[in-house]
Amino acid sequence: MVQPGSIVGGLLGFLGKLGASVYFLGEILRQSGIGIARPRLVVEQIHNAGVLSLVIIMTSGLFVGMVLGLQGVDALSRLRQEDILGASVALVLLKELGPVVTALLFAGRAGTALASEIGLMRATDQLSAMEVMAIDPVRRIVAPRFLGGAISLPLLTGVFNVVGILGAWFIGVYVLGVDNGAFWSQMQEYVDPEDIWEGIFKSAAFGVAASLIAVFEGYNAVPTAEGVGLATTRTVVTTSIVILMLDYVITAALL
Amino acid sequence: MAATSTRDLGTGLFVLLGFAALAFLLTQTTDLDEYRGDSGYRVVARFQDIAGLKVRAPVTMAGVNIGRVEKIEFDGDRLDALVTLRIENRYDRIPDDSDAAVLTAGLLGSKYIGIGPGGSDTYLADSSEIQLTQSAIVLEKLVSKFLFSQAENTGGGQADP
Amino acid sequence: MDNLIEIKNLHFKRADRPIFAGLDLDIPRGKVTAIMGPSGTGKTTLLRMITGQLRAGQGSVRIADGDGMTDIGTLDRDAIYRLRRRMGMLFQNSALLTDLDVFENVAFPLREITDLPDRLIRPIVLMKLEAVGLRGAAGLMPSELSGGMGRRVAMARALVMDPELLLYDEPFSGLDPISLGVILRLIRETNDVLGLTSIVVSHDVEEIARLADYCYVIAEGRAIAHGPPAELARSESDLVRQFMAGAADGPVPFHYPAGDFARDLAGD
Repeated sequence: MVQPGSIVGGLLGFLGKLGASVYFLGEILRQSGIGIARPRLVVEQIHNAGVLSLVIIMTSGLFVGMVLGLQGVDALSRLRQEDILGASVALVLLKELGPVVTALLFAGRAGTALASEIGLMRATDQLSAMEVMAIDPVRRIVAPRFLGGAISLPLLTGVFNVVGILGAWFIGVYVLGVDNGAFWSQMQEYVDPEDIWEGIFKSAAFGVAASLIAVFEGYNAVPTAEGVGLATTRTVVTTSIVILMLDYVITAALL
Repeated sequence: MAATSTRDLGTGLFVLLGFAALAFLLTQTTDLDEYRGDSGYRVVARFQDIAGLKVRAPVTMAGVNIGRVEKIEFDGDRLDALVTLRIENRYDRIPDDSDAAVLTAGLLGSKYIGIGPGGSDTYLADSSEIQLTQSAIVLEKLVSKFLFSQAENTGGGQADP
Repeated sequence: MDNLIEIKNLHFKRADRPIFAGLDLDIPRGKVTAIMGPSGTGKTTLLRMITGQLRAGQGSVRIADGDGMTDIGTLDRDAIYRLRRRMGMLFQNSALLTDLDVFENVAFPLREITDLPDRLIRPIVLMKLEAVGLRGAAGLMPSELSGGMGRRVAMARALVMDPELLLYDEPFSGLDPISLGVILRLIRETNDVLGLTSIVVSHDVEEIARLADYCYVIAEGRAIAHGPPAELARSESDLVRQFMAGAADGPVPFHYPAGDFARDLAGD
């Protein structure tokens, strides 16, 4: 037996969990036909994961963008390059900050809600009851939530980026006097469609990962009040680490 | 059912907002037309040393952006750099004896191509070649040239132990 | 005897701890059969094997299917799902879906499994709710129900697909005397009126004595006694008598196994 708590034990535990979640993803995808058969279930979950996250995403995006505006002008003015503020902010947001920060906020807002909702259904035997009623809970409960989350995150990322760029534009152009024409023209000069696609690809991958972790932790929660709380915590921690690792891997692969 | 339809409406608006955001990003933050790559005509130029010139670097004439560097290859036979420039169609009256130089924006800035006008009556067209080129000025070469000339002026004094 | 379910030589382990070690048990058709035993003897586990949510390590759980018997452990996923349509189960904590009201909870299996239109679903649901006396509560949310009412809604939901087998997991725990009387009556009546077979898992001796036609006592992984409840009370086995009488000490000791008390106190 491997000692629990040892490094080897931890690694084996991680690998086991990775394997189990990949298997779970396969199961979810097999049952995802419900998204076509009953789109209303997915719409409901896009509402829960997307619409309800919108306020926090827009607020955060605005402030991240405004900070980028302040810091960008400060740093670029040392190089006499304030004109490329728009380009720098757009590249930073589109390629990195947008997808990553949105995914982290998503984990905190929608991921925890998903994990605790499904965990509570586990703890109160609702999932078990469905099984006995000959209704597959992966199909009826998990798959729509996974799809709703995976669809919502790229859309939220787009909103975050736009609000962020507008925030930087407001601070840069209106408050700190960067030239409006230069802001946009330099942005269009230096931003390639590839940069945008890179961001969309990243946020799609993060959406799959964050939603999968949330439904996996909820579905496999220990069926007690404590277990549900633990599942919620683990969702945030695991998602954050996985997002940042994935971000590095995707960036390294695309550059 | 009122609650359901409000929720559906909200969700529909959210999805619309998300796609509108992507559309905004694709149209406002990047220049799709310019990037599409079919517009404009191509001319080539050969340089001894391009020293850090990048694909997509601007091509300017009288300081105005008229096109981009599309491709940079090393010619294994002639041992120089073969650079393909794409120039926008509306600038179709550039004399074919114009010269091209690899220039630097600022002292240490990024490299770009500057075209200096010639006096010919015939113009550059697709796949013509700019004959007169001036390679990048490489700072290290400049510095060492300067130091050597100084050393010669002082009679090789720097060789003393 | 005409049995709906026959369990033979069942073995099952959880985390190296044996739960069942050679359990034999028959569920007669049309009767209310009680499965009793001290906590932790795997009564709920047994129900989960009958519903096919768990598989036996060794031995068989067979259910009457047409003319013969089918071993539940050998069925594939689809067959198990088909089999479950013949069953209804009442969970200890009702397991109602918290975001649906009472009506929609009862309608849930119909909406999910059948293609029935609303105008057919409505009368079926109202009939089942009427049967458990909660038609007036159709618009309430599960959080607004008492424990006993929740269990009755869950019962209406278990009955909505007209099953032939109803499983009850600890249906009496945590109920006030009135709710208890209601549940006892409902279990008895639905069994007799609808011609069901019922399995009641419980450790409430008194209620079982009032309700069950036949009774199994499980301990140490096997059925240590079975018979009509009145007979069990006169059993010769010390363990059965301790259980039926609710004595604190007996073959199941009061003390969890420990070393010598005096030496433990002395700190050796």
